[in-house]
Formats: sequence, C-alpha cells, structure tokens
Amino acid sequence: MNVLLDHFALFREGFLGTVELTALSGLIALVLGVVIAAFRVSPVPPLRYFGTTWVLLFRNTPLTLLFFVVVLALPRLGLNTWSFFQLAILALSTYTSAFVCEAVRSGINTVPLGQAEAARSIGMTFTQTLRLIVLPQATRTALPPIGSLMIALTRNSAIAGGFSVFELFSVQKTLSEEGYGIWTIFVWVAAAYLLLAFAISALFRFLENRMAVAR
Amino acid sequence: MSASVLYDAPGPRARARNKIIGAAAIAGILGLLYFVWYRLDRAGQFDASLWDPFQYTGIQQRIGEGIVATLKAFALAAVFSLVFGATLAAGRLSDHAPVRWAATTVVELFRGMPLLIMIFALYVGVFTTEPLWALVIGLTLYNGAVQAEIFRAGINAVPKGQSEAGYAIGLRKTQLMVTVLIPQAVRAMLPSIISQLVVTLKDTSLGFIITYEELLYTGKLIAQTSQGFPYIPMVLVIAPIYIAMCLTLSGLATWIERRSRRSPKGAPVEAPEAEAAVAEAE
Repeated sequence: MNVLLDHFALFREGFLGTVELTALSGLIALVLGVVIAAFRVSPVPPLRYFGTTWVLLFRNTPLTLLFFVVVLALPRLGLNTWSFFQLAILALSTYTSAFVCEAVRSGINTVPLGQAEAARSIGMTFTQTLRLIVLPQATRTALPPIGSLMIALTRNSAIAGGFSVFELFSVQKTLSEEGYGIWTIFVWVAAAYLLLAFAISALFRFLENRMAVAR
Repeated sequence: MSASVLYDAPGPRARARNKIIGAAAIAGILGLLYFVWYRLDRAGQFDASLWDPFQYTGIQQRIGEGIVATLKAFALAAVFSLVFGATLAAGRLSDHAPVRWAATTVVELFRGMPLLIMIFALYVGVFTTEPLWALVIGLTLYNGAVQAEIFRAGINAVPKGQSEAGYAIGLRKTQLMVTVLIPQAVRAMLPSIISQLVVTLKDTSLGFIITYEELLYTGKLIAQTSQGFPYIPMVLVIAPIYIAMCLTLSGLATWIERRSRRSPKGAPVEAPEAEAAVAEAE
C-alpha cells in the first residue's frame, strides 16, 4: 500500500499516459481500420490489394519491431520533430488498424445479403450502400470484437514504456530501479490495467445495449 | 458475403470510372513508395558504407544466432504453453467446482495482465541473470491461458450428441474426452491454436525490452556499434525475416483449415472464430 501512496503522483501520471495512448491510438485505429476495410471490399482492384497487403503486413509484424522502426529508424528520415509520444501513437494505431479492419470486415460479412441487394436495387452506389446500409448494421456485430481489441490495445501500449514514453510500464521500471519490491509494484500496476480493462468493457457493453435492436 | 454484393456488375461508365480511381490509387501508392525511397536515398541510407557490416561473416553469424535465439524462445514457450493450456482447460472442464474456480481464476488473471509487465516482473524478481527464462515463462503463462480458452471452446463446440452417445455406451469421462471429444476438438481448433502460436512467435520480440539477445535486440546491438549507426538497413534486413517467419506459420494454419474443410471425413465442427482473431492482436 505504501508504494502506491508514496508515489501516487507517479502512478497518476503513468495511468494518464496509458489512458492517453490508448484513447488517441484507439481513435486513429478505428478510423484507419474502417477506411482500410472499405478499401478491401471496394470495386477498385488496386485499393483491394492495398488493403490486403496492409492487413497482411501489420498482422504479421511484431509490435516491438514496429516500435523499433518508428522510434529508431523514422527519425533518421526527417521525422525528428515528432515526440516519442506521437511516434508511439503512430506505431500503436497502424498496428491496431489492421485488426480493426478484420473485425469490421467480418462484421460486414454478417449483414444479410438482402440488405445490400435492396440498397443496390433502389439505385444506391457502392459508397452509399456501405455508408448508409451496411456499415451501420455491421457496427452491431463488430462492436464486441472491437471492444476486446481496445482492451488488447491498452495492454499493448505497455511496450511504449520500453521506448521512452511515460506510462504504467515506465512506473514499474522506475520504481523497481528505486529498489522497491517488484511484486508489490506489479500488483498495483496490474490493478491499474485491470481497472482500465473494466472501464473499457463497461463502455462497450453500454454501446452494445444502445445499439441492440429488439428482435 | 462476397465483395460483389455491395456493388452492381460495372457497366461501361462504371468500368471507366473504376479504372480512373484505380490508376489514381496506383499512382498514389507508387508516389508514396517513391517518396520513401527518395527520403531514404537523400538521408544516405543506401550508402555502401552503411550496408558494409552485412557482408562480414561475423555480423551474419550474429544475425543467425539472433534468429536461433528467437526460435529457441518460441519453441520452449510454444511447448510449455500448450501443456499449460491443456492443463488449465482440463481444470476448467472439471466436474469438481473448486478445481473449475481455481482454473478460471488463473486463466482470467493471466489473460488480463499485460504480457510485458509480467515478463519484466519475472526478469527483475526471479530470473535476474536469465532473461530467456523470464521471457519463456511469461509467454507460457499468457499464451497458456489463451490456449486453454481455445481448447475449451473447441471441446464445447463438439455437438452435444457426441458426449451423450459416449456416456450412453458406458464410457467414463476420461475415456470420452480422450477417444471422442479431444480428437474432434483438436481438428476444429488447430487453425486457432496455430494462430495463437503466431502470436507467441511475435511476442518473443518482447525479449528486446528485457535485453534477451533475440533477433531484434541483436539487430539493435549491431546497429548501435557499427559505423554510421545503420538502423534503417537493419530494419530492412530484420523485418522481412520476422514477417517471413510469421507468414510461414499463419500459412500453415490457413493450409490446414482449407485441407480439413475438403477432407473426406467432412468439415470439422464450426470453430468459434471471433475470439481467436482478437487474441492475435496481443
């Protein structure tokens, strides 16, 4: 208990760091993931190939490698005005976007065929069909996996702590270097992550209830 | 739903429009690639001096050793996590409530914890001089918990009639598990199990943070100590190695899935897929 109370400011800062990382990269990943998913089902072959390659590439790259690329390699290409925090968001959001894309795409696949057919038969274009008919219905089935993805993102954001961003993992590192017992720190840091996971799953359960339709 | 349900078969005008958008997209992608190449070139990343280290046998050997170290951690973690996962799954499917509760607690605990936090705690707290074992045990605990959920989902997905029939002809629970349920469950869950192994392989790169000399950390050490700090050439060498390793494993999963679907024994029972896809993000 003492470790937490004595270093409450440190814990708070780390907690907020994790929250910021998760929220910002989560938002970017959602937008990017939906766009890439739209690419993957679009009538234009080059866009489809682009989407497929994107997903293939980022799903099979270790996140640590991605962090290595953005933190150690990109600044040598002229991105040296970016802070570690911004670079970390870049890595986390591109990585997560590939998974969001897959969740959205499998959501699109569960929308009954008749919906898209009806939309087409009243003369809607591809963008209209997707935007007005299919995506709103796909959201309902895509929400639970996206919620789990966001929880996974919270945990993945710990890697940023290994690359000079201050968040919960950095708290663990700093305090263990100061000589506190590692397991006491571990318990509190783990509790903070669990708290976040509960908050996110509560948020998504709320959203699911809002979206649910009476059948 | 195939992609074509979302749009009509293109007529002449739509075809022309799609061609224009396609051409613009290709131009955009090529432009992006050219821009990356141009920036790399202008930053002098293609200078022969930066690429020189990769010609030394010593450096090549170290990269080789890095790959071996990565594969070693992966192999150990894969075997241990499958064993641990099987044990936990057996616990969760037990007839004794306390065993079930204990197994559920362990699974939920290790699944909810960030892997890096666990590995780091193990490294500082237990295996101070042995980062390999901190990494392997951390990976085992996390992936074992996920594998347990995959096993359990697979066994639960076997139609109920199978176990009822087994009990009706007088099998005991162990016999039923070994001879009826597990063979069918493994067939259905093999793709998910392998996908989770891909995650294990990807996560070995967390050894980078606890200074275990796997491929990524070796790469950093080499780039740090070479003339001109060739981080970018290093990434261009290492990233394809990682991606190739992961793609080989995921390719195996897809192949098995496709193969079992057209097997003469009929398609395996439907696997609960969504959960596995999410776990991959870890």
